[in-house]
Amino acid sequence: MNKIHQGKTFRERAREALKDDFMRQAVRKAVDTLETRKEEATDALGNWDQWREQGKRIREHAVENLDYYLSQLAANVRNNGGTVYFAPEAKDARQIILEIIKKHGGKHIVKSKSMVTEEIHLNKALIKEGLDVVETDLAEYILQLADEPPSHIVVPSIHKSRDQIAELFSNVAREKIPNDTPSLTAFSRKVLREKFLQADIGITGCNFAIADTGAISLVTNEGNARLTNSLPKVHIAVMGMERLVPSFADLEVLLTLLPRSATGQKLTSYISITNGPKKPEDLDGPDYFYLVILDNGRSRILADTEFRQSLHCIRCGACFNVCPVYRQVGGHSYGSVYGGPIGSVISAFLTNDMERYGGLAYASTLCAACSTVCAVKIPLHDLLLKLRHRYVTHKYTPAAERTVFKLWRTTFQNPKTYRLAIKMAQKAQSPLVNNGYIIKGPPPLSAWTNSRYFPKAAEKTFREQWQQQHH
Amino acid sequence: MKASIFITCICDNFYPQVGNAMVNILEKCGVECDFPTEQVCCGQPALNTGYWDDTREVAKTLLRAFKDSEHVVAPSGSCITAIKEYYPIIFEHDPEYLLLARELVSKAYEFTQFMHQVVKITDLGARFPYKVTYHASCHATRLLGVSPYVHQLLSNIKDIELIPLTHAENCCGFGGTFSVKQPEVSEAMVDEKVFHIKETGADVVTAVDMGCLMNIEGRLKKEGSKIRALHITQLLDEGMRL
Ligand code: SF4
Repeated sequence: MNKIHQGKTFRERAREALKDDFMRQAVRKAVDTLETRKEEATDALGNWDQWREQGKRIREHAVENLDYYLSQLAANVRNNGGTVYFAPEAKDARQIILEIIKKHGGKHIVKSKSMVTEEIHLNKALIKEGLDVVETDLAEYILQLADEPPSHIVVPSIHKSRDQIAELFSNVAREKIPNDTPSLTAFSRKVLREKFLQADIGITGCNFAIADTGAISLVTNEGNARLTNSLPKVHIAVMGMERLVPSFADLEVLLTLLPRSATGQKLTSYISITNGPKKPEDLDGPDYFYLVILDNGRSRILADTEFRQSLHCIRCGACFNVCPVYRQVGGHSYGSVYGGPIGSVISAFLTNDMERYGGLAYASTLCAACSTVCAVKIPLHDLLLKLRHRYVTHKYTPAAERTVFKLWRTTFQNPKTYRLAIKMAQKAQSPLVNNGYIIKGPPPLSAWTNSRYFPKAAEKTFREQWQQQHH
Repeated sequence: MKASIFITCICDNFYPQVGNAMVNILEKCGVECDFPTEQVCCGQPALNTGYWDDTREVAKTLLRAFKDSEHVVAPSGSCITAIKEYYPIIFEHDPEYLLLARELVSKAYEFTQFMHQVVKITDLGARFPYKVTYHASCHATRLLGVSPYVHQLLSNIKDIELIPLTHAENCCGFGGTFSVKQPEVSEAMVDEKVFHIKETGADVVTAVDMGCLMNIEGRLKKEGSKIRALHITQLLDEGMRL
């Protein structure tokens, strides 16, 4: 696991992140831009909500019939001359990929467009085997140099400033690279071009696999996926097992939703669709094609009717961009490969570690901005609330908190004890009150009063006033 | 027309003036108000923190209190959302209370929603010669969809100067227990909210939920700001007396 993923709770990591003014400013500026562009792109479409509804139905259908479409996909990939593997766990996927590389005597690996290989921590495993691995998308390349995980599923290096990038590049170049965009892209292009030419293995993710043809689609803005999946003689695509659509007609709908939701683009610059290894009549393409289909907790989600909808996600990242919590603390605070609202929902299931990741359900105010924006209408705030309930049911919340709610329940379920408790609170507050407010409260009230005044309880509650007036 | 007043625990104990303002407005509109005294909290603090067993016991008290009411009106979008969205879920396995929950769902309204859908009066003849900005509380806006009602009520006020708030729909960082469980993040959020409120140059910030306003007001006061935080019922009630 990456150094940023270690450490303790969301709160502790968030506290650190809040001190990083640079990162916070970069994130807020970027999400504002993305959000504005998204609104323009979706307004232009007119009936955005109907598109979302259609996207939702497509995803629902695919997920509800996953078995059927997965076997159809596998059969078609094989017909096209590719090889299919099913990986139950992350370690299986790593093992499979390593074996493929060894079989072909691979040494130099180029990668493009894949959150799922982050999920299985593939790079570490490959590097440990002495292989040369390089991320070819600019953002991922930057993060690889910085030894950091992505902090956003669509804009992975959203938190990095241009100066920081220039510094990372200068270290590699052993000379000063200016911090303007043309210099930075020119430098990365030069480095990566050599890597492409050298590479014998290309590893990509997969935005959507198309079941009825066995094709793999990749949506990118830099075009590196095209090089990754066609230049080296071996192409390995890794996909989460839910990331498929029945047909090209469905793909069309999702490709209307995805870029608009993600970056506010009508289309991305490149959409690559590949259909297995090179055929005799093809001019280029890999000699071998492998598809690794990863479960890694997805069937746990599938079996759980309460959370199944989270598999509908098309990884557009729109929920990150509108989340007011993400906005303040960035992606690393979540301590999971997948941050933001969707990451908070799925991380506990993917890792099968409810104790550690279930608490991410509380990294939200349940404001529902995420649900309102979700490209395929996943009710994220509902799922976050249900996850909290699950977390409480497992007794993972602090004992003191459980006691507080027990006490709250005994007091509040009975109007008499409720009134009595209020009376007592009114008395107890008086030494703390200053000009009508509590300015400095003892813990746990101090959590509030450190940054805000707390109102003093009214002399007479509404109920008392009402009873006086009406009796 | 009859309505039972549901006073959320924040209003009952900290802001009774909000309840009074709401009753004043409703009565002036010819609504006959009663206040079932057996009511307590809707259970939201526990509900939103995941303690559904505890929530149920408290929610039952509320369900019994409003059993015979024709309409139920509260000055809060989030409490009404808790009832409408989640009571049917938490009482899923309790047929007796599920029935009561469904009844309450169909007759419960947030104040502006009630004005628009039931009372059908959106011009209260109020005058409010101040600069006002509006914070769009999350649940009321996204889950109940009351923003158009609020805008209608506000824009019918004479002499008011409405100033749009940048990122009006971004959460203020209250989120019930979120503000205590994640105080640092909550502070960063309310900080940004208050920054934008001050930027408007408004005299008053208004909203439909006292949770948000308690949070926002607390921050404004801490910063020594003179901007008043008023629930929309207070603003209207005051305006109807001017
Ligand atoms: S949950 Fe919805 S909004 Fe978030 S990334 Fe997935 S599809 Fe996009």
